[in-house]
Amino acid sequence: MILRRPFFWIILLVAAGFIYAPLHSNNVSLREDLILIAIAIILASNLNLMIGYTGYVNFGHIVFYGLGGYVGLYLTTVRGWNLVLSALVAGVVVSFCAFLFGLAILRLRGAYFALATIGILQAVQAFVSNFDPWGRSTGMYLSFESYRPLGGARHALWITYYLIVAVMALSMIVSLTIKNSKFGLGLFAIREDEDAAVVLGVNATIYKAIIYSVSAFLPAVAGALMFFKNGMIDPSIAFEYMLSLEGIVMLMLGGQGSVIGAALGGALYEKLRSYLLTSPVLSNFHLVIAGALLLLVVLFAPGGLIGWLYRLMPRARKVLE
Amino acid sequence: MSNLLEVRGVSKRFGGLVAVSDVSFSIAEGEILGLIGPNGAGKTTLFNVVNGVYKADQGTITFAGKDITRCSPDQVVHLGLARTHQIVKPLNDLTVLDNVTVGACFGREYLDMAAARKVASEVLQQVGLGDRVDMVARSLTIAAKKRLEVARALAAKPKLLLLDEVLAGLNPTEVTTMIELVRKIRDSGIAVLMIEHLMQAIMSLSDRIVVLNLGCKLAEGRPDEVVHNPAVVECYLGFPDAVHKLTLAGKLSWRK
Amino acid sequence: MSGVLASMIDGVLVGAVYGLAAMGLSLIWGVMDVINLTHGAMIALGMFCMYLLFAATHINAYVLLLPTIGFGLVIGIVVYWMAVHWVVGRSMLMSLLSTFAVNMMVIGIGTAIWSTSPYNVNFVLPGITLGAYTFTGNHIAAAISAVVIALALQFFLYRTRTGKAIRAVADNRDAAELMGISSTAVLSIAFAIGIALACTSGALVSTLFPFTILSGAVYQLKSFVVTILAGLGKPFGALVAGVLLGLLEGVITPFIAVSWIPLIEFGLFVVVLVAFPQGIFGKRATA
Repeated sequence: MILRRPFFWIILLVAAGFIYAPLHSNNVSLREDLILIAIAIILASNLNLMIGYTGYVNFGHIVFYGLGGYVGLYLTTVRGWNLVLSALVAGVVVSFCAFLFGLAILRLRGAYFALATIGILQAVQAFVSNFDPWGRSTGMYLSFESYRPLGGARHALWITYYLIVAVMALSMIVSLTIKNSKFGLGLFAIREDEDAAVVLGVNATIYKAIIYSVSAFLPAVAGALMFFKNGMIDPSIAFEYMLSLEGIVMLMLGGQGSVIGAALGGALYEKLRSYLLTSPVLSNFHLVIAGALLLLVVLFAPGGLIGWLYRLMPRARKVLE
Repeated sequence: MSNLLEVRGVSKRFGGLVAVSDVSFSIAEGEILGLIGPNGAGKTTLFNVVNGVYKADQGTITFAGKDITRCSPDQVVHLGLARTHQIVKPLNDLTVLDNVTVGACFGREYLDMAAARKVASEVLQQVGLGDRVDMVARSLTIAAKKRLEVARALAAKPKLLLLDEVLAGLNPTEVTTMIELVRKIRDSGIAVLMIEHLMQAIMSLSDRIVVLNLGCKLAEGRPDEVVHNPAVVECYLGFPDAVHKLTLAGKLSWRK
Repeated sequence: MSGVLASMIDGVLVGAVYGLAAMGLSLIWGVMDVINLTHGAMIALGMFCMYLLFAATHINAYVLLLPTIGFGLVIGIVVYWMAVHWVVGRSMLMSLLSTFAVNMMVIGIGTAIWSTSPYNVNFVLPGITLGAYTFTGNHIAAAISAVVIALALQFFLYRTRTGKAIRAVADNRDAAELMGISSTAVLSIAFAIGIALACTSGALVSTLFPFTILSGAVYQLKSFVVTILAGLGKPFGALVAGVLLGLLEGVITPFIAVSWIPLIEFGLFVVVLVAFPQGIFGKRATA
């Protein structure tokens, strides 16, 4: 049972830390830092389900986040729905869309699949840019009115933060649960050799469709929450191709296939990114450094940080996952 | 004994090449059927059609009373038909135990993780890999990988096991061990359809033999019958006197 | 001459350039089973190469294609040894990521140097006027250049020793090595040619439209659509498929707002991937 795995408690501890630290000192800037890290962890962890567990490279993962943001913002702003409900519905709607996309593209293997995910990202972006009810390329703005049910803007921001931390914890718990389950074993088999897996009895078609939808759900919820917090959305910030790829960098950096690898990679990369973007000299080179980092990892340490750690301390495997 | 597997009039074409042409045979429960023939005769293609990797262009395949002609490989395993591959396909980054657990989880009994792990350990003991359960599959020797392949298929609790050249690439000692393993499998009640090139093994293990050549069934019968069939000898063993000379020299033996 | 017809002809001309770009991608993919995600960045580099050469010398842009090709070859060798050599033969994910990493670095450096402002190559050839429609000279010259280069590539691949070696390695690397062909040398040359084709197509684009360091991405996507349509390992097929794509764009643009075009192209992309795994002309690599 999941409760018996030590790592489960580590996840809860980390989540508690995320909530306690900024709350205790009422430190808004710390909260803002942590929220970005939480989002990074959410994206990386869910991307890990496709890349690390199943071996299918999703270059367009951010599409779920952006779409979730759009659905969520539409429901809260235009329809006046409650935030939590909107976020959940966004998750369900986007998962369903993922299921439909998956039907089309999951029959593709390897690089063809990766390219198709880029195609989907760009197609969705192009569609949304032309979609009237969602503001076309201008996007949508949240009126301050929407913060009222949550007790005003300041309070709403805190609540959104807690919810995002909860989604972060959930992402990691979902990863952990799947990893130790029969479903996860089936995914690993698909990753190692899909044809052999099918011959062994794994229904690869269904499994892939399920995990693709699952990997869309929490990022969509997070997107709905995050864009609600930010108060605005437009196609270029919702479907930033760069963010999609940074998700992959995070995963490779931390160590794809492991729960903590995804989280660590997300956290570290986000820190690096913030540092680079605020440094006067280096902000221009953010992309170069990220690229160089990715190249180094791919060439010299494909197992990422965690792979390196496990080689140094094999016993760490018992506690970390 | 009713027939476990009935293959009737199966043909498979790839573009202009007819790989398998109108092949029919059947396997009874608990039987070992050997499938031999020169390279390119269509043996592995036939396997692929039987277990659903390829769809037959013509013909039907019935297993345990069910028509599996249109079934996919994963469906076929759930009915109790498992196979190994000629070129082994270990799940490289998983441990030996995990590899076999996959077989147990998704096989005929569709077990949950805990039960599957137990079955996997038992099967691994049976095939002699009990001391290597935690090794990563990638690091095994070829002989061990072959045994892993068999273990994975066994963990699915099949009624019929398709073995594709399970002896290829093994040294004489390993061959003897594997032959013993196949006997044990049959003795436990599992029927076996095996493709082999090693004549001594096929002769000593098989109850019956089917010979394929250029996609067609050339002959079928008991080992001693088949081996004396001139057409078979011509296409496969080389020159007509080979059989006689090898028997005299005591190099060939088969079950009576 | 109707507007649609004129648009179609124009589309065919530009399509030849798409085809040229796709040839680079298709060659690399077909020879070493590597999907070159630096493709877009290399196209952009070609644009800037032409810009710089032209700004410095003001020589006829089409003459400047020659040094651009040389530039592309050199860059190709550099990128090959930086990122590609080590991942050939490893999993597809690794080669996708390593080429992608180089892409990020090139775009990053390019943005730092040139920011995202639009640039232009102000070299204009007189056009041809038929009735009410004028076909810009640059479009015609670009199409002609693309076809000439494509023919040169065909000649190279089928009539020279190195070309034959490349095709041998593409067919069966191990067998080629057994024949005494140094596959590393061949792979690096093939990769360099692929990059040179990308740069050259970028250079041609720079004479047609204003561009930024990010413009390569659009052409990269078009290259993928074309390559998938044509199938792999048939560079000349890529040229034809490129022309078809250009033709399709030419047919659509008079009727649909420009902002819908990306959606249509990407939709087409996904549909082609799913429906035509073999491409229209040729074999598929084991992706």
